[in-house]
Amino acid sequence: MNHLKKLMLGNEAVARGVYEAGGRVVSSYPGTPSTEITEFLAKYDDVYCEWAPNEKVAMEVAIGASIGGRRSFCGMKHVGLNVAADPLFTASYTGVNAGLVIGVADDPGMHSSQNEQDSRHYAESSKIPMVEPSDSQECIDYVKTAYELSERFDTPVLLRMSTRIAHSQSIVETSDPLDLPLKEYKKDAAKYVMMPGYAKLKHPIVEKRTEALRQYAETTSLNQVILNKGTDVGVICAGTTYTYAREALGDKVSYLKLGLIHPMPVKLIQDFASKMSKVYVIEELDDFIETHCARIGVKVIGKELFGWIGEFSQKYIAEKMLGETPKIYAFGENVPVRPPVMCAGCPHRGLFYTLHKLKLTVFGDIGCYTLGAQAPLSAIDTTVCMGASISGLHGFNTARGEESASKSVCVIGDSTFIHSGITGLIDIAYNQGISTVIILDNSITGMTGHQQNPTTGYTIKGDPTAAVSLEKLCAAVGINRVRVCDPYNLKETMDAVKEEIAVAEPSVIISRRPCALLKYVKHKAPLKIDVDKCRGCKACLKLGCPAISVPNGKAQIDNTLCVGCGLCADLCPFDAIVE
Amino acid sequence: MNKNIMIVGVGGQGSLLASKLLGNVVMASGYDVKVSEVHGMAQRGGSVVTYVKYSDHKVYSPVINEGEADMIISFELLEAARWLPYLKKGGTIVVNNQQIAPMPVITGAATYPENIADKLDDIVDDLIVVDALSLAEEAGNAKAVNVVLMGVASRTLGFSEEVWQDALTTCVPPKYLELNKKAFALGQNQ
Repeated sequence: MNHLKKLMLGNEAVARGVYEAGGRVVSSYPGTPSTEITEFLAKYDDVYCEWAPNEKVAMEVAIGASIGGRRSFCGMKHVGLNVAADPLFTASYTGVNAGLVIGVADDPGMHSSQNEQDSRHYAESSKIPMVEPSDSQECIDYVKTAYELSERFDTPVLLRMSTRIAHSQSIVETSDPLDLPLKEYKKDAAKYVMMPGYAKLKHPIVEKRTEALRQYAETTSLNQVILNKGTDVGVICAGTTYTYAREALGDKVSYLKLGLIHPMPVKLIQDFASKMSKVYVIEELDDFIETHCARIGVKVIGKELFGWIGEFSQKYIAEKMLGETPKIYAFGENVPVRPPVMCAGCPHRGLFYTLHKLKLTVFGDIGCYTLGAQAPLSAIDTTVCMGASISGLHGFNTARGEESASKSVCVIGDSTFIHSGITGLIDIAYNQGISTVIILDNSITGMTGHQQNPTTGYTIKGDPTAAVSLEKLCAAVGINRVRVCDPYNLKETMDAVKEEIAVAEPSVIISRRPCALLKYVKHKAPLKIDVDKCRGCKACLKLGCPAISVPNGKAQIDNTLCVGCGLCADLCPFDAIVE
Repeated sequence: MNKNIMIVGVGGQGSLLASKLLGNVVMASGYDVKVSEVHGMAQRGGSVVTYVKYSDHKVYSPVINEGEADMIISFELLEAARWLPYLKKGGTIVVNNQQIAPMPVITGAATYPENIADKLDDIVDDLIVVDALSLAEEAGNAKAVNVVLMGVASRTLGFSEEVWQDALTTCVPPKYLELNKKAFALGQNQ
């Protein structure tokens, strides 16, 4: 055994756990805070790893690989599990051949998400066991246990991560990977064909399985009781909140730390509570553990004290339970906020400037370009979920009529379009809609940190592969007007948008230029201000570029940020911005 | 012994490398450690924060709260003011004297506070102001601001020279190692 101590990101530790457990087929769709799990898995030569077009496909690939006899994995963010919920609920019925682990990362506090949903509910409603680690070592260990549970109980297993566990590094010890033989595949329609006749036979087995897992929950070392002397206050918690509680409360309380959070034990909790005068349940987001306690007759203090919203912390718990508030320094004056912005040289900027100038209604989607909603571009009207820009716009224009279609567009990135935009476009073409769809093709999946996708021509491992032609794809579904523009060319972009919204038929504009952060993109030298010509009119500020400001009556360019894209020079009425 | 160090700045300034460096240094020095990072949307030019916590006991929470930081290493002036409430009474701030205007300041919706360094100096006991951008440029690349500041912080944080040098070799790609070693030394000698 090779015991190497290493500082490891939680997501890297999940990858390590999959590798050590012999997981050899991985299919995922990127989404913060889950993305790095799959990126780290791709670094193992003997693991087959892919980016799928979306989470539903990813989960189906992992299910197929499990049936085929290889331990498999798929990873996604919380909202990705909504997309993959269809296979999830039925994979619960089929069970597995080789082990199947599904990683899902919640984002309490919404650091990089559009909602704050609590994925634990999926475990309960799909009747699939769920484990939740609290540091990187547990990420490795729990993944390995999850594979054992998966095969022992014939079920997929959910691994619940949250931002703070996924994106924190702590010290781990690694060990050698298992080298498992391919399991035999036996045709078994009653197990794998979920038509009513077979599914009806399966459901009672699933219920029995949950009961067996509940028995397992009573004794597994995934659930730990930590009794401290001299206290009769108990805390039940899991994952991140365990780390906060331990830091805030130390040995002032006793703990029941749940590592298996579905199904939860009954007797273990009742016994723990019977030793305490008071029991607190500390959990971020919903009252998942608290509800279970209520069902089994254990009285706890939970949401009435801690609330339902955002992230907790050691300070929050100390304030709520101990009444302790730290003394802090104050700066004494207003500190302006610093929201994220589109990067200098971002190809989306020219397009959003155009949409803002035309005062169009813009249905938006999920990606870096969601930042186009912010001032001064203020171009986006809606953002709901992956793909909703196209179908949403079709609904909007259907409600409001042809006039509306001439004043509205939707924007969607290349990866998001493949994920679930294409189905919306087919809906428009098939149902004779007339909306204008703009695909922001920056040749990469941007927001999650540059992942390849089916349009880029490369796999996750960097090997060249077939690339989806967006032009041909859009034409093939029945869109006759498909054109490409360069968003660095404001006139070309303006002409394209004006012409396509004017016609009473559906059209697609592909606004194409690679992400400015891509390593292969060659930048020009930073631009300069000719201070004699600059009159401080602030026309250049309409772009919302972080590299240009007008601090003292004259424009100023930050040469550490500017990549010479030239949009500001295009806008300057006095030719004061020069190479 | 518990130490809480915050590394704050603007997305894109290289706080992930700085925290990786410090994480490796404290681990090599025999401490338990947690490093908490920010990925995703905030990285796009937003305010970013990284927490490094180490102890001779087990570190539980990965985050640092208000009033808990022994040191704040700030890559930008306004960010030092923003995260000041996180500093423990008597703690140290190392701040790069660079100013990067956030979008509300650029658009005129807000103003960038004046004389932040002087005001911080009146509030905290231990403030170290560094022209890290000039030093990074002297080392050969404006992007080495992060490593310059870690060089400055290393004087207060302690740890052996050998451990810092080893961590640089571990964390920095070979192509940029010499440049970063130079940047680190320029910070140390401030």
